[in-house]
Amino acid sequence: MNFDFSDELKHVRDHARGFLAGECPPSLVRRSLDGDEAYSATLWKEIAALGWVGAAIPEAYGGAGLGYEGLCVLAEEIGRAVAPVPFGSCAYLAAEAILLAGTEAQKREFLPGLADGSTIGCFALAEGNGNPSPTAIRARVTNGELTGVKWPVADGGIADIAIIAARDDADEIGLYLVRCRAIDRKTLRTVDPTRDQSRFDCDEVPAEKLPAATGWDAVQRLMDRAAILFAFEQVGGADASLEMAKKYAMERFAFGRPIGSFQAIKHKLTDVYVALELARSNAYYGAWALTADAAELPLAAATARVSATDAFHIASKENIQTHGGVGFTWAFDCHLYYRRSKQLGLRLGGAPFWKNRLVDLIETRNAA
Amino acid sequence: MDFNDTPEEASFRARARAFLAAEAQPKGTGRPTLRLGGMVGEEVTRCKAWQAKKADAGFAGITWQKRFGGHELSPIFQVIYNQEEEDFTVPRGLFEIGLGMCIPTMMTYAQPEQLDRYVQPALRGEEVWCQLFSEPAGGSDLAALRTKAERDGDEWVINGQKIWTSGAHLSDFGIIVVRTDPNVPKHEGLTFFFLDMRSPGIEIRSIHQMSGTRHFNEVFFTDVRVPDSQRLGQVGQGWRVSLTTLMNERLAVGDPARPDVDDLVALSRSLVIDGQPAIRNQATRERIAEWYARAQGLKFTKFRTMTALSKGETPGPENSIHKLVNASKLQDIASYGMDLMGEAGMVIDDDLVEAWGMFQSALLSSPSARIAGGSDEILKNIIAERVLGLPADIRVDKNRAFNTVPTGNR
Repeated sequence: MNFDFSDELKHVRDHARGFLAGECPPSLVRRSLDGDEAYSATLWKEIAALGWVGAAIPEAYGGAGLGYEGLCVLAEEIGRAVAPVPFGSCAYLAAEAILLAGTEAQKREFLPGLADGSTIGCFALAEGNGNPSPTAIRARVTNGELTGVKWPVADGGIADIAIIAARDDADEIGLYLVRCRAIDRKTLRTVDPTRDQSRFDCDEVPAEKLPAATGWDAVQRLMDRAAILFAFEQVGGADASLEMAKKYAMERFAFGRPIGSFQAIKHKLTDVYVALELARSNAYYGAWALTADAAELPLAAATARVSATDAFHIASKENIQTHGGVGFTWAFDCHLYYRRSKQLGLRLGGAPFWKNRLVDLIETRNAA
Repeated sequence: MDFNDTPEEASFRARARAFLAAEAQPKGTGRPTLRLGGMVGEEVTRCKAWQAKKADAGFAGITWQKRFGGHELSPIFQVIYNQEEEDFTVPRGLFEIGLGMCIPTMMTYAQPEQLDRYVQPALRGEEVWCQLFSEPAGGSDLAALRTKAERDGDEWVINGQKIWTSGAHLSDFGIIVVRTDPNVPKHEGLTFFFLDMRSPGIEIRSIHQMSGTRHFNEVFFTDVRVPDSQRLGQVGQGWRVSLTTLMNERLAVGDPARPDVDDLVALSRSLVIDGQPAIRNQATRERIAEWYARAQGLKFTKFRTMTALSKGETPGPENSIHKLVNASKLQDIASYGMDLMGEAGMVIDDDLVEAWGMFQSALLSSPSARIAGGSDEILKNIIAERVLGLPADIRVDKNRAFNTVPTGNR
């Protein structure tokens, strides 16, 4: 039994944590929050140069070959810092889609750019309201040209290439690679301005198919794998929220004593701790499944996702509550986490979608 | 990351599994064991026989020193044995406190000749031990206990009352913490002993619980004499000794309680809501998913603990998470399962009730799971103070002589 990250990866994690503490302070996150920049291009170049974006991309395609456990520990730190960079869109989605469904030529063409940060990728799935479902995919590809409307597309406004879920003339769902400059893009206002979200209006834009994996199964497989990595981001964000709340509860005095000495605060923060520990343990199992490409991966992913969404939600809202009034101000950083928790909680489908999927998988497993 | 045993762990696991396969009944082949009543004669006999069998096969006292009949293996092997035993139905419930708490406390504080006398019979299930801690005026606030012991030559004379003592009526010996000095602050006036449960002056009355069963007892002490040689630790050091006992409580692994989320899934498949199985209902699905995620989270938290154990680390207060999460989950799953049954959920007639009545049984017994062995609230204090590092509560009784502090209902 070795259910922990290796010392080497713990070192990677500690280094990443220290690096982001210095290079990604809340003031940097606030540049995106305040609309000064869609993402931090400076930070993006730095972390790409460190090999983070290509952590799980094989070295043959310009990646660092650190593997999925490496990508998991980095995802946790990205989440902890609320980093305003398209890390998930590039590393968990665009690169993964190409690895999953791309041809050898497509891998050679696109992965090195994704790995070194010079190409920003995104994944366009949703077409307005509603959770992920094959019936919700209406975008269509005819004669190599894609037509349809996708929103919201995370990091869509800053991306160079998009992986778009669409149907062909035979009605089969597939993943298509599109160059974003051909798309009519509009930036959307959202509850979390630290992540760009855009609307894509595609009118007969050139699209090349990623042919090696097709159907809704391919989309779901991509989502499952990404869900584990997003769960690590959520765990990082939840951990940071709990740390903030704890620190404040020890420094803030009321009724002549630190508020952290009151059971009302202790029990609240213990509830957060419990949710976080369960989420972390489920995420670790996901990391194992991702690395081993285990048959258990879909169930592990749904479980990690349900747990992590819950933990970040509780941690970020109770962080504000522990701070009291100041936690509700623009100036305090509590809302950065609160916004991020909702944004991540909705990414690739909200909690009801993943709970449903989890029970689907339990039913399938029990039937087997 | 991997879930592989080391070669040594794998061979131990295989041995444990072979032993259990030969001697015990696999779980899931019959109705689950429900502790519907207090333990009766034949169940006690079965428990004792099983413990002796375990000892003979080398699966008792796994971590204990060899001189006490143990095997001097690391705690990871205890966890491995427990994991294997979870797949079988074995007679349980009589020795957890003695072997998990009383004897480890004795090992820390008793004299070598006392250990020679008491450890082996306990390990072999020949003698049963109980723990006499809680009192009517001292539950969560354990150090507020009032049972007193006064010195009389080489003996101590105990007067007072203990409560919530599991298995007192089945026990041969007990460990007890009592007040020996009421004139100093509460934690400083306590002393710890072990005693013969058949000593004159001990009267045991079972408590009729809200579940209808009688598992716990009240134990009354009237001029009970205990030799000073049975004192564990110094006079006035009883609190420190108690903490040793309670530390061991956290390491004891509880029975995986039923109904669990798998039982709820099975129930949801068989019950019908609006013309289709309840498991097709969105509200039910979300509840199942939430409990499944919590159960898995605990399972993998245990794996993380095992990893730490196998690296030689000592488990700490973070292990309070298991009981804290499990107790409420049990109560909530029990209640929700009954909700799915509709009005019929209240019926417990043997020939009508679903799932052998385990949901109804757990509804009535689960409140004790959230109180016994550290209430939810105390466990949350422990996690908040000792894991998260939040400041201790301000205590109005800390530096006052115990006999000036209001206790109980006053």
